[in-house]
Amino acid sequence: MFRNNYDNDAVTFSPQGRIFQVEYAQEAVKQGSVVVGLVNKTHAVLVGLKRNAEELSSYQKKIIEIDSHMAIAIAGLASDARVLSNFMKQQSLGSKMTYGRPIPLERIVTQIGDRAQTNTQHYGKRPYGVGLLVAGVDEAGPHLFEFQPSGLIHEMVACAIGARSQMARTYLERNLDKFADCSRDQLINHGLRALKETLSQDKELTVDNTSVGVIGLAPEGSKGRIESFKLYEGQETVPLLEALERSEASGTVEDESMEVDS
Amino acid sequence: MDHFPGTWGRPRNDVYGAYDPSYLQSTGPKTHTTSPAVTGTSVIGVKFNGGVVLATDNLASYGSLARFTDTKRLRIFGNKAVVGFGGDVSDMQYIDRLLESIDIRENYSSHGNMLNAKNLHTYLAKVFYKRRSEFNPLWNHVLVAGFDGEGKPFLSSADLLGTTFSAPHLATGFGAHLAVPILRRLFPEEKPIEEISREEAVDALKQCLKVLFYRDARSLDKYSIAVITQEGIDLKEDEQLEGQSWAFAERIKGYGAQTV
Repeated sequence: MFRNNYDNDAVTFSPQGRIFQVEYAQEAVKQGSVVVGLVNKTHAVLVGLKRNAEELSSYQKKIIEIDSHMAIAIAGLASDARVLSNFMKQQSLGSKMTYGRPIPLERIVTQIGDRAQTNTQHYGKRPYGVGLLVAGVDEAGPHLFEFQPSGLIHEMVACAIGARSQMARTYLERNLDKFADCSRDQLINHGLRALKETLSQDKELTVDNTSVGVIGLAPEGSKGRIESFKLYEGQETVPLLEALERSEASGTVEDESMEVDS
Repeated sequence: MDHFPGTWGRPRNDVYGAYDPSYLQSTGPKTHTTSPAVTGTSVIGVKFNGGVVLATDNLASYGSLARFTDTKRLRIFGNKAVVGFGGDVSDMQYIDRLLESIDIRENYSSHGNMLNAKNLHTYLAKVFYKRRSEFNPLWNHVLVAGFDGEGKPFLSSADLLGTTFSAPHLATGFGAHLAVPILRRLFPEEKPIEEISREEAVDALKQCLKVLFYRDARSLDKYSIAVITQEGIDLKEDEQLEGQSWAFAERIKGYGAQTV
């Protein structure tokens, strides 16, 4: 009977040059529920589809605030994500303590990338079973990074990971040129639309299963330089979901702030 | 401090018996790091409209001996911050290596996230505080000059204890006694820094350096001066004090070969 001899640990190459344990870890990401992230010139948005283990249980958190200038969205093993997010929180706090400066996104993403890579090179360790989208703002403006269990990191304009995320990526690719110059509300709208693409027939976005995180540069003339991370969950998502419905009815992505409600 | 408990007050030998001296330390704690060896004297700095000026003389003294007369005590960090060092010169060189390694690390960032003078000052104060808490202080008093996160001129001090202090004009060491009164007269508190020109600030520092050379026996008439503006740093490291007048010295009696 055929048996794969090259997947017993994460440090052995197969003759084809693959490391199976790392590939399996990437499968764990695909099992997780979908999260979408996108950036424009002023903001970075994360949206996620929350799952509950059973009807009576609570929903698994998808978006975690690291600091006021940064948040992550997770797909895969939530407990592995907690290890990484705790590490990121510590590093972020450390940077504020020693330099009085919010840690640059690229710096901290590189750090977790290095940590994940180490796990693929030491016997007895296993890769993280989680993929992350890291969104945030630093001196150079808003950023979105994708992190994979292999330790690979990429800066992205828009990205989706998790179950059925291909549908979301297709939406993002089709609308890529619209993101850069759109408004904050339009960006959220695009995120929710991409998320909705991934849903199976019998499912829809509700206040219970939708999670939206926004972070960005503060508008001109306001007090601080950044608009701190804001997480929309539960009833707070109502206006966002209504805007999504309206935009689908009209077939365009509307600017919510232009709407005048009675 | 007396590090030897054997010489401290003890119960009477005739009543309580002699103390077993084998319990006493024969050697004291390490103290070689708790005093400086080769030192630099004052650092002075003034904020002006659109920047900061920092100045030091070029002397490193070994005790009262004017040992090295070409010491560069102003160090540039990145392209918009300068650190002026007073105190131990070898500790200055150590901190300079720390700053060098941070600068290299920062320059790997492809996004232009650079530490500004304010970040640098926070860092240095933390380093000083850590080392003093280990009873192994870095024997320096530094001024950090540059710009803060909002692009406004920044000038702040940090000393060997980790104490921080900020003002529109600052001086360390002897300068804190001799230069600050002059700077306060030239730039009173109610005068906003926007009304101070670059030339005024540079002239004020030259005047302070001259007074320091007259009255601080650990100072020199060769000096360095750095002007930090948004356009960059203008650092001159081999300047000579001009227009000295020692006429006042004639009236001072009590030193040298004079017969009073």
